[in-house]
Amino acid sequence: MRGMRGRAGRGGRRSRLRAGDLVREALAGLLQRPGRSALTALGTVLGVGTFVAILGLTATASSQIDARFNALSATEVTVEDTGGDDADHITNSFPADAPARVGRLHGVEHAGVYWIASPEAASGSPGAGTVTSSPVGDLAAGEDVQVVAATPGVLQAAGPGLAQGRIYDAYHQRNAADVAVIGAGLAERLGILTLETRPAVFIGGRPFTVIGIVDDVDRKEELLLSVTVPSSTAMAHWGGPVRGERARMLISTRLGAATQVARNAATALDPAHPERFKVIPPPDPQMLRGGVSGDLDQLFLLLAGICLVIGTVGIANTTLVAVLERTGEIGLRRALGARARHITAQFLTESAALGLLGGLVGTSIGTLVVVGVAVLRDWTAVIHPLTVVAAPVIGLATGLLAGIHPAWKASRIPPVEALRR
Amino acid sequence: MTPNTAPSCAADGPAEAGGSRPATVVEFDGVGLTYPGPPPVAALRPCSLTVREGEYVAVVGPSGSGKSTFLNIVGLLDRPTEGTYVLDGADTTALPEAELTALRGSLIGFVFQAFHLIPHRTALENVALAMLYSAVPARERVQRARTALEQVGLAHRADSLPSRMSGGERQRAAIARAIVGRPRLLLCDELTGNLDSATAASVLDLLDDLHASGMTLVVITHDPVVAARAARTITIRDGVLSEAVTAGTPTEARRLPEVLG
Repeated sequence: MRGMRGRAGRGGRRSRLRAGDLVREALAGLLQRPGRSALTALGTVLGVGTFVAILGLTATASSQIDARFNALSATEVTVEDTGGDDADHITNSFPADAPARVGRLHGVEHAGVYWIASPEAASGSPGAGTVTSSPVGDLAAGEDVQVVAATPGVLQAAGPGLAQGRIYDAYHQRNAADVAVIGAGLAERLGILTLETRPAVFIGGRPFTVIGIVDDVDRKEELLLSVTVPSSTAMAHWGGPVRGERARMLISTRLGAATQVARNAATALDPAHPERFKVIPPPDPQMLRGGVSGDLDQLFLLLAGICLVIGTVGIANTTLVAVLERTGEIGLRRALGARARHITAQFLTESAALGLLGGLVGTSIGTLVVVGVAVLRDWTAVIHPLTVVAAPVIGLATGLLAGIHPAWKASRIPPVEALRR
Repeated sequence: MTPNTAPSCAADGPAEAGGSRPATVVEFDGVGLTYPGPPPVAALRPCSLTVREGEYVAVVGPSGSGKSTFLNIVGLLDRPTEGTYVLDGADTTALPEAELTALRGSLIGFVFQAFHLIPHRTALENVALAMLYSAVPARERVQRARTALEQVGLAHRADSLPSRMSGGERQRAAIARAIVGRPRLLLCDELTGNLDSATAASVLDLLDDLHASGMTLVVITHDPVVAARAARTITIRDGVLSEAVTAGTPTEARRLPEVLG
């Protein structure tokens, strides 16, 4: 027996649609017409694809700029001696133990002071700076090359590759030994082919034993074209840096320490007068990256936005057509107990799923484009994780937005109308 | 037609046993539908009607007579503009739309002339769809859909698409969908309209089987062959409902619907 109460209870119940069922219905609705669904999603695919490709290419390109900022430049700090207010009467602000002072800073690997030695200014006679390997014969005319006075730390910091011999060290520096390290190119011009014969170079007639030939350096390439002698030796023969040619300091640091070292170097060198030094830290990678976003990227992003709008309109249009086509189905569902909101939910879910699908495909294509370009240009492809996460969400939002009007329309179709055939 | 002036009497319904009378499934009390003008069009003139559990009622009339309006009101697809409609003991007149929809989904099984099977969905999926909006778990839906397909003799076509099925098979699938939710009332609208006579006969046999098993049937048709299967025949003409005692069940006293003009 069906009692009144029981039946009334049944009447008070409302139709329900499980979320899982809703998604399943929506996907089934899409798969009914896979070809059309694919075409509908094309706009979203293009829009999201362009979006990902542009952001990815921008990130990739700027990371290539970062690559110029490599491990070498990131570990190099240069200190210039400006002399501060006392520049006129102090020719060398670096204390004698400058390399040791800076060497105590955490993260410093090598440090050394160097300046361009000026034998001519010291001796007052022209030709005093001429470098030759032999006082007589064809090579006697010599070469007018740069003589660099440098503490051993400079050579170490420069990271030399030696063709022959060795670089001078603390021993030579301490004893002001008449030794020289010369560049490979210069050695060839001077006719020095081997160190077996213990060759010497003459600077203004003064002999220096060549103990090393450098054919490569990591930094300070000018050493390859110079004669480098211990600064103590230069000091003894020609004095310190002359006016206009002030000394500098080259510091090599461990990776990541350069900024900190640069901050402390001046104070470490002369706590009383840190203003006498100008410290040049390596470039900040953050600033390099920031300088990349140009007008062009914004233009392309605008294009991607236009693609997305077109994609939205496309989905909206096709979904609207589908709603009209599936009027019978809508009526049937209403007859089976679907409420208007269930119809809305179904069409919204369908268009959202379409948008999400388009977004996922677009993200994949965009990523492929970025990787492809990176491979062609021999770059490292870089895509920010946020881009990859945001892109499908944009697709989803596009689909949802596009579905609002058709879904609303679908829910407004009276079931009586829908079932009339 | 000729208005039956007899007041609606209570004693009616087949298979009445002893003192307990079958429950009322459909009860119209002065139900009518008038589309507001100008000029106002009376699609269904106010009428009273009772359909009891287990009855097999045919509603006949030419096209444009108001059959569809009658179907829509009985099927809760449309609200009457006057009168009271009690379905399975629940007064539907004042129910909010959401509850009306739930009532429609759970109490009424629809069979349409155009089948209204969803293309690209198998027969089984189409039948299972009927339970989608009552939150029946998916596994149970499939199980019950299979049983319903067996019941209409279509178990072997469970995985076929509607486009690969004959008209008769499609209508059987549609009937399976209509009965799978165990409705109190099976509402059929010209269900043989798209079928040839042999197929139509077999589908009508199926309805007879359902009727025999206790299902309450209201069949709307313009085809006298279809109407002849029913124990009761109600005629609609120009929106006026009338019932004549049919030859099929001469011994039974028929309850006449009250027509209020």
